[in-house]
Amino acid sequence: MAKFVISRRKFLTSASLGVSGIMLSGCDAFDSQLRVGDGLRSFLEGANGLTWRAQRLLAGDSLAPEFTEADIRQPQRPNGVTAPDDDVYKGLLANNFADWRLEVSGLVEKPLSLTREQLMNMPSRTQITRHDCVEGWSCIAKWTGTPLSLVLDQAVVKPQARYVMFHCLDTIDRSLSGDIKYYGSIDLIDARHPQTILAYGLNGKPLPVENGAPLRVRVERQIGYKMPKYLRKIELVDGFATIGGGRGGYWEDNGYDWYGGI
Amino acid sequence: MESVARSQSAIEPDTAAPKDATLIYRQSRWTRLTHWLWAISLFFMLLSGLQIFNARPQLYIGKESGFAYDNTIFAIGAENTANGPRGYTEIFGKRFDTTGVLGWSGPAGRETSRAFPSWATIPSYYDLGTARVVHFFFAWILTTTLVVWLVASLINGHLRRDLAPRIDDLRRLPRDIADHARFKFRHRREYNTLQKMAYGGVMFVLLPLMIITGLAMSPSMNAVLPFLNDLLGGRQTARTIHFIVMLLLVAFFIIHILMIFAAGPINELRSIITGWYRTDPPAHGSKTPQRSA
Repeated sequence: MAKFVISRRKFLTSASLGVSGIMLSGCDAFDSQLRVGDGLRSFLEGANGLTWRAQRLLAGDSLAPEFTEADIRQPQRPNGVTAPDDDVYKGLLANNFADWRLEVSGLVEKPLSLTREQLMNMPSRTQITRHDCVEGWSCIAKWTGTPLSLVLDQAVVKPQARYVMFHCLDTIDRSLSGDIKYYGSIDLIDARHPQTILAYGLNGKPLPVENGAPLRVRVERQIGYKMPKYLRKIELVDGFATIGGGRGGYWEDNGYDWYGGI
Repeated sequence: MESVARSQSAIEPDTAAPKDATLIYRQSRWTRLTHWLWAISLFFMLLSGLQIFNARPQLYIGKESGFAYDNTIFAIGAENTANGPRGYTEIFGKRFDTTGVLGWSGPAGRETSRAFPSWATIPSYYDLGTARVVHFFFAWILTTTLVVWLVASLINGHLRRDLAPRIDDLRRLPRDIADHARFKFRHRREYNTLQKMAYGGVMFVLLPLMIITGLAMSPSMNAVLPFLNDLLGGRQTARTIHFIVMLLLVAFFIIHILMIFAAGPINELRSIITGWYRTDPPAHGSKTPQRSA
């Protein structure tokens, strides 16, 4: 029994030494295990897939909460790039986007090239929703736009398509191989959700530059970084391994989860 | 540590050990396993949570964050003063200088503007994306553990036997408070009233509230449970409650550790690792009679 107690004591001593060792190193020990691509991190990221499936199962095609005019108490707070410095974009803006087109390509039967007027002539949807930034803040605003499902129907999505990839006009980052334009993706369930719109109007006015003019995506059941601004092209794909860093979007390639429902 | 161990073995003659009536099996394997899973997941959730908070070190009341109006009740930040940059913490508009810990911290000469200091966050450098990965992984572990514990405790009687409040508990409360205040502990199989309140409060109030307010911040869950934010007072209020409950859990942790040290760390740790707990020897007509269980 005495031996038994001592071994337990030894265990407790070494356990507390181990724990305090971790504490003393200030958790710097974890830092090196948590970079994108590391084994431990990839394991932890598995939880995001679980969240995605669980929320899909629970949410079905339920709608995000909508608010009233009285809840709009301030302008929509812009975030990320708010004034693209790209020559192509500035040229389009100077002409009030008359030369701008939305390309719809990839795994579709009928590739499209739509003007802003063509989009605005399609049936529209207006919704007062809350924008939740990944940083933690929220802002309520009224968005008007064309349901993405109508555009997808017009282009006739091929059965093997699984994701909608958004390509944007704004440079979000620079790398050795050149400027990186913002890009991001959602699955076809969110793409066909009734509240997923290609917004050209904000709070009853044309969409301002800082909020993504001429066109931005609203994916109301996800976090803000999943709603690209300054849209240029919609590409239907069966996977995104070959696009950017292969994780489905600019922020995803920088360590953010692909599914932003939480 | 060594002296504690020696004095303990002095009152524990080896001959008495195997049939020692004072050594009882107090914590089931389910209680022990879930306890440590919580300890690990709460540790990671706290540190990754503080990192997430650092991305927006303000708390608001309502459905949204006020930018054109003020609904901020708490903020941590940094400002330039005549004495150089200072960190501040603002609670209901009242500002406190918290340089070195909150707002402005880091190694001497290399301080940076960050709400919670590097040593309190995972990762130690600013990385919101990674903190979210860690936070949500352990959110699954924590929630699953809570469900497992609840089912196991219903089946093995832990809830009914150890945690369910009784009339007696209320009667004992004043004396229990007095005992705790004097660091006078009775080592018995049963939890005392304050223990029941603390453990019950964490299991049935704080942790569920943490999970509920966490879910209320998820845009997808808002579509599933739209009433949740109406009930809580809006997403930003839910975020504020999430933060306050975090503070309460940290307070619980500090008291929990203090009480373990005060009541005898070896015995307390043994019971939560092996299940075996040494109770006080039966009183032999002493002046402090044992209270009935």
